[in-house]
Amino acid sequence: MNHLTEQQLVLYHYGDADDGVDTVWIEEHLHACPACQADFDHLRRALSAVELLPVPDRPDGYGASVWARIQPSLEHEAGGWREHLFAALSPRRLALAGAAATLVVVALVAGRILPRQPAALAPPPPSTHAPAAGDSQTASADRERVQERVLRVAVGDLLERSQMTLTELVNNPSGATVDISDEQERVRDLVTENRLYRQTALTTGEPAVASVLDDLERVLIEVANGPSTLSPEEFGRVRKRIEQQGIIFKVRVFGERVREGETPSPASAGIRG
Amino acid sequence: MDENDARDVAQAQAGDELAFRRLVERHSRGVFQLAFRLTGSESDAEDIVQDTLLKAYRELKRFESRSSFRTWVHRITVNCAYDLLRQRPRHQAESLDAPAGQDARGGGIEPEAEGSSRPDRLAFGAEIQECVRAALDLLTPTERTAFVLRHFEGCSLDEIGETLGLRMGATKHSIFRAVQKMRRALAPFVGASAANTGRELRQLQS
Repeated sequence: MNHLTEQQLVLYHYGDADDGVDTVWIEEHLHACPACQADFDHLRRALSAVELLPVPDRPDGYGASVWARIQPSLEHEAGGWREHLFAALSPRRLALAGAAATLVVVALVAGRILPRQPAALAPPPPSTHAPAAGDSQTASADRERVQERVLRVAVGDLLERSQMTLTELVNNPSGATVDISDEQERVRDLVTENRLYRQTALTTGEPAVASVLDDLERVLIEVANGPSTLSPEEFGRVRKRIEQQGIIFKVRVFGERVREGETPSPASAGIRG
Repeated sequence: MDENDARDVAQAQAGDELAFRRLVERHSRGVFQLAFRLTGSESDAEDIVQDTLLKAYRELKRFESRSSFRTWVHRITVNCAYDLLRQRPRHQAESLDAPAGQDARGGGIEPEAEGSSRPDRLAFGAEIQECVRAALDLLTPTERTAFVLRHFEGCSLDEIGETLGLRMGATKHSIFRAVQKMRRALAPFVGASAANTGRELRQLQS
């Protein structure tokens, strides 16, 4: 007698059995098989116990207190909207705003995901005279340029490693099974870096960057969360999916532009905007 | 979408801050509950509430009302929590062979005795809660998020897959792994013998 697997029981419990036929078959089997019925009862009891975990209650007026906390930030955001709207009126302003946003992304990301190396790359400040306001502005601009350069190298490196890892993945030799655990390990690291940069790009209004990294992240997450050992059919599906999306090509084109110092756009790499 | 939400979303999209305030006041509690279940931490959940609603404000103009405002804002919550979970170091190594309840105690926790006194029952309840908490901490961010969305939020597999960027097979697998780990951890409380008996019976019948 074939018994129900634990996975079948879990899917059945949540009403996610593949189709009606499966559901009816599982129900009939549970009626006829005390062992599976006992197992299913145990599963239900365990999941009922999960319900016992309390969620801390929030007092009346909680929504108002949340509002009080976020409202000052919203005023700042509203100012940002107005500025963006104003900038949108002029293509030149839009381009400048985009460049500025890029620098903000650069500054933020350089500060968050990169080791504190930029300072070592920056020229030492002049020490022969007291710093004036102009010197301070120049130093600030220098710092931004250094951060931008470092960021471009870092993001270019991230994209290059992503491209190489995905290329290695799709070129794995097919056998009885395909072990992609090495690639998966690297992909997990890439996901973390990629996510951080994408979020910063979104926050600072860099949709082109965010869009490409979003496409890349979906593929990376799928690889990272999938099984490490694949049957030839499963591997074929993964490879087909990567190839169909053209993500390796997009990442290569986008990465080259980043490294060359251009402000990349999704359209330039055939990427949705 | 709820009529009040629909009206307030439209007004907020037109720049009415008071309308957004009403949305915040209406949905903060639900966002907190979801964030708490996803993170297991009150302070993290509070941070997520704030981040979520700020993000909602920024993105509101792009919200097209294809889903309800609640669904949309909960999706933002999940993304915020998921990011936080992935940055958080894992507390314990994953091991299906060493359930959470047994790790700390060596011999596991005995099921509740019949006729036990009220203080005993309270202590037992607290133990279960602690065990559930520990078991949830054993889950990977993907498993935990998928489980919370399926078990507590009643999201469909498609919705969960879309939120987490997973395909159907991976979504099912994440939920299954989560349930499997929770079940192993909670076995001492819910009658481990039932499952064992089931498996023993199967072995005898096979």
